[in-house]
Amino acid sequence: MAGSVAKSTVWIAGQNAGVDRTVLLVVPGVLFVILLFIYPFLYGLGLSFTPKEGGFAANYAKFFSTPYLSQTIWTTLSLAIPATVINVGFALPLAFHLRHASRPQRIISGLLVVPITLGTVLVAEGLLTYLGPQGWFNRALIEFGLINTPVKLTHNYWGVLMSLVVTGFPFDFLLILSYITGIDPALAQAAATLGAGPIQRFRQIYLPLLAPGLAVVFCLAFVLSFSVFPSAILLGNPASSTRVITIAAYQAAYEDYDYSLASAIAMIMCAVQLVIVAVVLSIRGLFYRGPAGGAKG
Amino acid sequence: MQDSKSPLSDRLSAPAGAGSSFGELRLDGVSRSFGSAVALAGLTMTVRRGEFVTLLGHSGCGKTTALNCVAGLLPLTSGTVWLDDRRIDVLRPEERGFGMVFQNYALFPHMTVRRNTGFGLAMRRLPRDEIRRRVGEVLDLVKLSAHADKLPGQLSGGQQQRVAIARAIVVQPPLVLMDEPLSNLDASLRLEMRTELKRIHRELGRSTIYVTHDQDEALSLSDRIVMLQDGRVQQIATPEDIYARPATIDVARFMGYRNLFELDVASVDGDWANVAGKGIALRGLRRGEIGRRAVVAIRPNDLVLDGGSEGGIVGRVEIVEYCGREYIVDLITDAGTMLQARSAQRVAPGDVLRCHASADRVLIYPVASGAA
Repeated sequence: MAGSVAKSTVWIAGQNAGVDRTVLLVVPGVLFVILLFIYPFLYGLGLSFTPKEGGFAANYAKFFSTPYLSQTIWTTLSLAIPATVINVGFALPLAFHLRHASRPQRIISGLLVVPITLGTVLVAEGLLTYLGPQGWFNRALIEFGLINTPVKLTHNYWGVLMSLVVTGFPFDFLLILSYITGIDPALAQAAATLGAGPIQRFRQIYLPLLAPGLAVVFCLAFVLSFSVFPSAILLGNPASSTRVITIAAYQAAYEDYDYSLASAIAMIMCAVQLVIVAVVLSIRGLFYRGPAGGAKG
Repeated sequence: MQDSKSPLSDRLSAPAGAGSSFGELRLDGVSRSFGSAVALAGLTMTVRRGEFVTLLGHSGCGKTTALNCVAGLLPLTSGTVWLDDRRIDVLRPEERGFGMVFQNYALFPHMTVRRNTGFGLAMRRLPRDEIRRRVGEVLDLVKLSAHADKLPGQLSGGQQQRVAIARAIVVQPPLVLMDEPLSNLDASLRLEMRTELKRIHRELGRSTIYVTHDQDEALSLSDRIVMLQDGRVQQIATPEDIYARPATIDVARFMGYRNLFELDVASVDGDWANVAGKGIALRGLRRGEIGRRAVVAIRPNDLVLDGGSEGGIVGRVEIVEYCGREYIVDLITDAGTMLQARSAQRVAPGDVLRCHASADRVLIYPVASGAA
């Protein structure tokens, strides 16, 4: 397969003495990335160093010297990291349990696509009612006599965390499921015939082969949670406990009209994400990263 | 004293665990269905200590199903499996302690050859020193000591195969299960590994169940062959018997009796019968109760173009293939029967020639419903 593709490439290239014209096919993609990602990014980076007043790093100095701004990093991390850990932590056992193609696997995968397609705003609106003081959740708890007064789950930290779980979990589940189903089930069978029980099979075979994939899932889930915005406003308390970094950037840009400071906040956000991703991926480097099949044959 | 002869095999096969004292494995009416499809219908067989038994048949005949049932990877629909007087079909695979070699080897891609091989020993919580020593010995046996610290992905197909075998036998299993272990290798390597398997089996004397669809592998390796078709046992016999005396017309076809044609039964005397029709008259061995009509089975090798003047079969040469020592000749008779025979001399297409088969190489079977 790969050989035949390579051969046809060579044949086309042969007409033009060494210059492979099929390379031109990447041009639209590269242009797209340059125009819509690299240029705006560099523009924002430049903008962040041309503050309204003060020296070129004044925005960054202001951010880190103003607790109201710098605190948003911790507020966001305190939402994004638990949400990511919960999502990956629960998606892994569920996906592992459903690793064999079956009816439950299809049904649950299908059901979990729904929150992804609905989008964060609709999910936030739904949760607002469901978890609200008059919502089903509180009513049910009161009916069962577990609580006397409604638990406050909206307009605070917990509401935002819930929405991050609801929207993030399906994504993580589907990603992990695709990684798990890529592992040859014969490996676990071989381990079983060699005396490995279910726990040993998971720890010795599945987990090491899954670890690189889990690291990628963790990074993606974290980045998605870290950029939380609609649900932090709709379900949270955007003035204090869920004043995440995106809200700070939004306020700088559209309430104070300080695009330069907003860009600086966006750059800081980017840097925090990069640090976390770098840490996770360097841990991933400790694991085996080849194909998860049995052999080439 | 006797240690000097083959110390390695003595140590590897020395009865150490509880499993090594086993005498025989018995399958009693083992059946497995997938929905309404019957994959294996009532397999009853015995594997004696040190015996090499092959499950042979086309793909889909139930041979891999049978192996997975013995390994514990597939629950039985009905039937029982016994290791001496211990019932084992109720045990999980990790409790059976058999060594299994998978068709795609199923080597753990993230572990070195050494860790792959020692996996079963590590699961048995043996001391690290002993694991290292036994892994070293078995890697010597399969000639992989030089590659002990490589990952499976860095090995060739044949080397991966050796790791899979080493991993299965290092735990000194009472029974080794092999699922078409040679089918992923190229032709010359397959022959080499076949000899290798034979050598390892002779040195260690482990009871083995081997699954294959390749009759040559089955004949060369086995003590006994279990011929399966559509989930049912057709014949259990030694390689010699199954080659020369297939029990049914289907086994005969599988074992290379390519010339199969239906004729009238002229007479029956004891084990022998005379058949005739379509301008052919043959005498052969009777296999089962035959009626008025019977199916004749002859190997191309046993049908010789000898230029004789009477009897046998007369046909016109269609195709001649030279295959080294002799010629394979496709013939067609006046009545339109296609035959394959061999000839020591070159013949030309269009020649009309006579061929003969000695009576003890002609097998005569009852007409099966739907037989060719």
